[in-house]
Parts: sequence; structure tokens; C-alpha cells
Amino acid sequence: MSDTYAPPLTGGQTPPQPLSFHVEGEHHPQNGTLLGFWVYLMSDCLVFACLFATYGVLGRSYAAGPSGADLFDLPLVAVNTSLLLLSSITYGFAMLEMRRNRIGATQGWLAVTGLLGAGFLGLELYEFAHLIHEGAGPQRSAFLSSFFTLVGTHGLHVTFGIVWLVTMMVQVQLHGLIPANRRRLMCLSLFWHFLDLIWVGVFTFVYLMGVLP
Amino acid sequence: MTEHSDLTKLFFGRLTWEAIPYHEPILLATFAAVALGGLALLGAITYYGKWGYLWREWFTSIDHKKIGIMYMVLGIVMLLRGFADAIMMRLQQAIAFGDSLGYLPPHHYDQIFTAHGVIMIFFVAMPLVTGLMNYIVPLQIGARDVAFPFLNNFSFWMTTGGAVLVMMSLFVGEFARTGWLAYPPLSGILHSPDVGVDYYIWALQIAGVGTLLSGVNLMVTIVKMRAPGMTLMRMPVFTWTALCTNVLIVAAFPVLTAVLALLSMDRYVGTNFFTADFGGNAMMYVNLIWIWGHPEVYILILPAFGVFSEVVSTYCGKRLFGYASMVYASVVITVLSYLVWLHHFFTMGSGASVNSFFGITTMIISIPTGAKIFNWLFTMYRGRIRFEVPMLWTVGFMVTFVIGGMTGVLLAVPPADFALHNSLFLIAHFHNVIIGGVLFGLMAGITYWFPKAFGYKLDPFWGKCSFWFWLVGFYVAFMPLYVLGLMGVTRRLSHFEDASLQIWFQIAAVGAGLIAIGIACFLIQLVVSYRRRHELRDVTGDPWNGRTLEWSTSSPPPAYNFAFTPRVHDLDAWWQMKQCGYQRPQQGFIPIHMPKNTWAGIVLAAISVVMGFALIWHMWPLAAVSFAALILVSIVHTFNYQRDYYVPAEEVVRCEAARTQLLSKHV
Repeated sequence: MSDTYAPPLTGGQTPPQPLSFHVEGEHHPQNGTLLGFWVYLMSDCLVFACLFATYGVLGRSYAAGPSGADLFDLPLVAVNTSLLLLSSITYGFAMLEMRRNRIGATQGWLAVTGLLGAGFLGLELYEFAHLIHEGAGPQRSAFLSSFFTLVGTHGLHVTFGIVWLVTMMVQVQLHGLIPANRRRLMCLSLFWHFLDLIWVGVFTFVYLMGVLP
Repeated sequence: MTEHSDLTKLFFGRLTWEAIPYHEPILLATFAAVALGGLALLGAITYYGKWGYLWREWFTSIDHKKIGIMYMVLGIVMLLRGFADAIMMRLQQAIAFGDSLGYLPPHHYDQIFTAHGVIMIFFVAMPLVTGLMNYIVPLQIGARDVAFPFLNNFSFWMTTGGAVLVMMSLFVGEFARTGWLAYPPLSGILHSPDVGVDYYIWALQIAGVGTLLSGVNLMVTIVKMRAPGMTLMRMPVFTWTALCTNVLIVAAFPVLTAVLALLSMDRYVGTNFFTADFGGNAMMYVNLIWIWGHPEVYILILPAFGVFSEVVSTYCGKRLFGYASMVYASVVITVLSYLVWLHHFFTMGSGASVNSFFGITTMIISIPTGAKIFNWLFTMYRGRIRFEVPMLWTVGFMVTFVIGGMTGVLLAVPPADFALHNSLFLIAHFHNVIIGGVLFGLMAGITYWFPKAFGYKLDPFWGKCSFWFWLVGFYVAFMPLYVLGLMGVTRRLSHFEDASLQIWFQIAAVGAGLIAIGIACFLIQLVVSYRRRHELRDVTGDPWNGRTLEWSTSSPPPAYNFAFTPRVHDLDAWWQMKQCGYQRPQQGFIPIHMPKNTWAGIVLAAISVVMGFALIWHMWPLAAVSFAALILVSIVHTFNYQRDYYVPAEEVVRCEAARTQLLSKHV
């Protein structure tokens, strides 16, 4: 790294060279996009942390309404979870193909990822509609408020992820796998895996623990 | 007929002619004044044909220096609004005793204290702090711009967008009447059914996006873009405190976003997070908002500490005493600021052990802060002190802030807090640290770096007047509040029965008047300095015999900051360069890689304001359309790949030759 400065050695113990106080020629600082995106993701993670904390505090305040054990349909959520986890794997395949510079294969795996994400969203919307239809909407109790908000916020993120993914596919089609697009795909990859990770938390903390008596 | 009103309701939501407060003379007069002033300003810009210039050189600029200046302008303009609120409150409290109800009805008074707090924290202190960091940090670390120049512009306009919404609430509808943190259930839909809280929510959400992104931006800038040789422990202290502040912003503002989102869910969707029934819990809100709120006060004070460190070492002609301990103290404060939030509501009833924990962590924060005070004192000790205006602010700060710190430790003792909670003692305490710390720091920083930004110094006479009026005004305005607080007077009252208290409020009002003179002196100082700019001109780029890299370039710096990226060997990099007899390179200039201006920031922020307004007034079609526009414009913006250009070498040669000529003429 450039953090250590060593004056150039010029044979023998000649008097020390005067210090150089500027960089001759062009100086390119490191690109900060990935660090910046990572930091943004961590801040987003804190939004989820707040929602999890809220669910932790209010998640048993049923207000004489239904509880998680009454409402959650675990097989449906299992299918849902598999779709999202699979989509993370397929995104990984897209990144591998990007490394090999194969635009078509990259696009194909991105499309599969997007479809799996859409499937996840579809099932989630079905679940929400079903709950609201049963009278277990977000207004029913603090538990349901925090449930809908936590899961819905995740779903909203997946929606934005899909919009972004489609945009990226168009941009890759237009410009190919140029460095700017590779960087963007890397960021989207971080985002997509991050959502997966959050979902693992939701699945465990909300659904699995929610159906415990 | 019904069909017609249904349509009106669909498109205009809750917005009717009733929302315009034409029956309140005070607001009407304010509106007239603001409208006339605004029209005069717009007219002048049109008359002098400056719209194109403003658009090209400022509004769409991604130059961190120009964005920094725009933040400062925003902060100063909003300071006038926030201070107008303050003086109205002081007047009301000085006269509203016994039979006299004062001149402000409670409905209006409650909006004023809410707006005062919100504006001073979010739209005065934050823009001024962010503006200083924006301008100075890249120069101090030897960079050409920030890591994400477009985001920087976008962040500024989002902050401005929030401020615009708050200003709109003055004339269209009303602002929140809940206090600056809008605690539920008071801020819930049952008790605040009108638009005030919604203005509050959307103004803060929009400004919050800007703050968060600017935090990410500056953090990455400091981590990734330092000049070669500048290790972390060779960073100037101001940059260190800026790093700590931006870490705090990134880690605190998401919590604000989340908690305000939950409050808006309660208000818009009818969820039960903070309601009194259906299992809601209002204390959840109070906890979350203070998990953001306490770090927020350190977000404001840390850069001020950085300014004082720079000022003290420059005007004492000495290396800062205890640099390493200063850095560690800042980092310790950064961490500890997350472990104290509960001291804002010891009265919640969380029990003795929890209260003790938070009381003790609060007291521990005074240790690193005290270490800083000693470091500044030891830097002054046997230094060759020049009492320029920034140094006056610094000395004034050290005295005032220590008093504020001690009352803070007093409040940190839970049993004492049970008595003083929600009293004017608390008000006096936090004004003591925010005025005595943040504001004095900002004034010191503005005076210190003004010549760097504009090429001429600020007039010292009016600067000294401003300093003394602020200092004396502060003591006269807030010491009476300590007394009243100890006597048990609670905050946010618009009327009092006990006539024996009146004298203290009258003294406080006089203090506010003195502060008003201090602000006037500052504005006069700006005008006088502009008129005397040729006498006050800084031709060297180093008017104070400074120590850090920002003084190595010209005043004002060229767009590219440094013709060659500096190489750093010492903490006081520029000081060492001067000691070694550094000569500016006169040739070998090469083209410089720079980011291009963009319209996207201001357009996106404008759409966000429209969306916020539509959401506040329940104009659903407009909200949907503007939301779609927001997404669409963002996507369109990402299709622009040509975001940078090269400043041609000839241009650099021309700029640098002009500076050489200037230097040879004057030095």
C-alpha cells in the first residue's frame, strides 16, 4: 500500500535525499464503490435490526387475536424460503459466468434469479392476502403490525432488487460486461445475498419460533 | 355535486383553502415578508441573468467545495428561522403571567417549540457540520473530491428538500405540536389527526436520506482517498472527528428512518406499534428514537471538537498536545455514545440496575471529553497564542462547555434526574453544550476556514462583536433557566401562574436579545468583509500560518484542489513542507481526472419534495405518480456512463501560473 513511504535507496551512506512532497504524474485513489455499498448495506441491516427488535418486543402482544401458531403455514414458507435460497445460488452462477466473460450465460442466470425472486414475492403476496382475508391484517394487533412490517420491508427490498436486476440486464445487453457493469453486478450480488441472509433471520425468528407453543 | 367533491378529495386529499392560515396575523405578516423577500431575490437573479450561472456552477455542481458552501448557506438561512422561533418563545414566556395570556395561542406556541428544535438540530446544526466536513475533509487528506461526487450533490438537495417541507408547513397547514421528537401517543393519529406530524415525518425522512448518504460518502472518502503517506495516525484531528461522526451517522440514522417509518405506519395504515391499545407500546418509540438521538448529539459535537483542535494548534503555533490521546478519546466517545440512550428517560421505570448502568456509562463519557479539554489547555500552555477570532470562540467554548458538561453529569445521576427530568434545567443543560460546544465550534470553524473558501478573511472587529454578544447573551439567556429548572419549572409551557418566576424569564428574554445582536453582528461581518475584500485578501493560501494540507493550496482552491497529489510524511504535513523549504512545482503539469456535473441530484430531490407533500396531504394519485417518477429518473440516471472528464493540462498550467504570479507580486 501507499501508506508506507520509503525514500529511494541510493547506494552507500550518501546524505539523505530531500523528501518528495508530491506524486509525480497521475495519482488514482482506490475505488470506493464496494466499500461504500457494503457500508450502505450495514446501515440497511440496522433498519432490519430495528424491525427485528420491534418484533422481539411486540411479537407476543396478540391483543386477544391470533398468534403465529394459529396463522403460519410452514410448508408454504418452506417453499418460499427454498425459492429465495435457490435464487442466491443462481446469482452466484451468474457471477461465475461474468468472470468467464460469457454475456449470454450471465444474462440467463440473472433471468433465472429474477424469476425465482418473483416467485418468492408472489407466494409472499398470497400469504399476506390470505392473512388479511382471515381478518389477521396488520391492524389487528401489535404482533401482526410488527410481522407485516418486518416481512413486508424484506419483500419491498426484494422488489427493488428485481427492478435493479432487470435494469442491470438491460445495461449488460447495451454495454456488455464493462468494468462499470461488473462493479454494479457485484453490488447487486452483495444486495441479493444480504436479503437472503435477512430472510434466514426472518424464517427462523418469526416463522419457526413463531409456531412454537 | 358529490361527484365533484369526491374528485377534489381524490386529487387534493386533505388540502383545502382552510389550510392557509390567513386568520392568524403573525403568520400572515411572516408570509408577506418571506414572499416579498423571496420574490425580490428571484427577481434579482432573473434581472441579472444569473439562473444559468447558478444552475451550471452551483445547483448541478459535484465539486465538494461548492456543495460545502451551499450546505453552509442552507444552515445559516435556517438559523435565522430557528432563531426567530426562539425569540418568539422567549417573548411569550416573559409576558404570559397571570392574567396576561401572552401573544401566542397555545396551538401556535406548541408548533413553535417543535419547529425550533427540529430546525436547529436537523436544518441548522447538521447542514453546517456536514458543510464544514464537505469542504475541509477532502482538502485535508489531499484528495480531489469525495468518493461519490454525484451522491454528494444528491445528499445536499435531499437535506434542502426536508428544509423546504418544514418551511412550507408554516404557510400551508401547520407543523407538529408534539415537541421535537414527536413522542406517541401524542403524535399518533388519535391525538394529532392533522398534518403537523406528517410534515415532521416526511421532512425528516427526506433529509435523513441525504444525511445517511453523505455519511457513507465521507466515510469512504476518508478511508479510501487519503494522499499517499497519510496513515490513519497522520490524519488531521478534524478529519479524525469527521470519520467518527460519519461512522455515527451511518450507524444511527437508519434507526431514525425505521422508527419514523413505524410511526407513519401507525398514522397511515392503522397499525398498532405505539398505540395505547391492541398491544402497542409507546416506550418502544422512545427507546428507538433515543438510540438514534443520543449518537446524534455526538455527531454534532465531534466535528466541533475537531475544529477546536485545529484552531488551538494553529493559533498557538504548536503541534497539538496529545494527538494520539485525542484520537482515542474521539473513538471512545463514538463507541460510548451508543451505550447511554436510556438516560433520556430514567423515569420510564426500567428499574434500579438498568438505570445505574446507563447513569454510569453516561458519566464515563466525561472522561475522554475531559482528556480533550486538558489536551487543548496543554497545547496552549507555553504556546505563542494569537487571540484571533477563532481562538476567542475556542476559549469561550472551553469555559462554557465545562459548565454544560458538569450539569450533564449531574443529570446523569438517576435520582437527581427524577427531579430535574423535563424541567428547564435540562433545557439549560443542552443549550449549554449545543451553543457552547457545537455553535461556538461552527463559528470558530467558519471564521478559520472562511479565507480558504473565499480568498479573503472575515473582518475581525465584527467577529469579536459577534463573539462577545453570543457569549454574554448565552449566559444571560440560559443561567436563569438553570435556576428555574432547579425550582421545578417544566419545559414547553406557554403560560405561568406564579408571578415570582417572571423576573427570570425576563432576564432570559434579554439574553435572547443579546444573542440576536450577536447574529446580526455575524451577518454584518459577512457584508463588511465582502466590501473590504481587497484589504482582507489572502494571497498566500495560508493566512494563519497553518499546519495541515488545506493551507498548501491557493485560496480559494482550484476546482481540482491540488495540481499534484501531495505526499505526506508527518502529522502536520504542510508545516513540515514549510520547514523543509518546499517549492511549488512550476512545470510538468498533466491533465486531471475529474467528475462531471449532473442534474440528477436536484431533480430527484424536487420529486421527493412533491411526493412528501402529496403524502402529507393524502393526495394519493400525485404521490403514486411522483413515486413512479422518482424510480424512473433514478434508473434513467444510471444509464449515464459518461460521468468524468479530464481538466486539460493547459488549463492546469494557466491556473498554476496565475497563482505563481500572484505569489510573486505579494510575497
